[in-house]
Amino acid sequence: MANTYNLIASNVLTTATASVTFSSIPATYTDLVLRISTRVDRAINGPHNCQLTVNGSATSDYSQTNLAEFGVTINSTRASAAAFITTASTGNSTTANTFSSNEFYFPNYASAANKTLSLVDVVENNSAADFESAIAARAGLRSNTAAITSITLNTNGYNYMVGSSFYLYGIKNS
Amino acid sequence: MTIPTAIEVNCTTGEVIERPLTADEIAANEAAAVQAEANRVVAEAEAVTKAEAKASAESKLAALGLTAEEIAALSK
Repeated sequence: MANTYNLIASNVLTTATASVTFSSIPATYTDLVLRISTRVDRAINGPHNCQLTVNGSATSDYSQTNLAEFGVTINSTRASAAAFITTASTGNSTTANTFSSNEFYFPNYASAANKTLSLVDVVENNSAADFESAIAARAGLRSNTAAITSITLNTNGYNYMVGSSFYLYGIKNS
Repeated sequence: MTIPTAIEVNCTTGEVIERPLTADEIAANEAAAVQAEANRVVAEAEAVTKAEAKASAESKLAALGLTAEEIAALSK
């Protein structure tokens, strides 16, 4: 990868935790990429919805459009005036040691414009007997012009399990 | 009982701080877990209702003489 793609910070959990925050994000990049691979201690065979917020704010200025498939069901949904962006993690009744794969892209995160993001979630259960899996492509918006200086991922009532990983990258356009 | 924690990674200093959740945060998490389970129950019930309606509709279409391929084509 070109040197315009720089690892800012990372964390791989050694203890279960309810939320992970990247704080004091430098404003020296053009875009941000957040890649996470997670499993949540909820006994569910499939995806569990987690929450992303920025700048510690849970005000109702987030919205998102989702195109998702769960099992054999495909649907599109829309959430507006929400207090967070929804993202999926692997539940704890799926095959042991399987984790979700999620990538968030935040263009122009330090600009004085409303903040958009794109997001792809994949949750899979590697079982011969049960192929429950999920994939979602999401477009998100925070209707707030403040630069993004922190990003928080919250499990919405549960814990990210040991081995869940979180990597934040900065992208420069030069 | 283990107290849930939150982790903060400071991107400028590299410092990682792990702290126990506050009582308010724990209460909010417990409420969120209850709501998530309630949402799952509702979603599963809706899926069952939808599947039953689909099966019923397909049965009626078959009774009208449509082939399985024709019925499948309608749902594309």
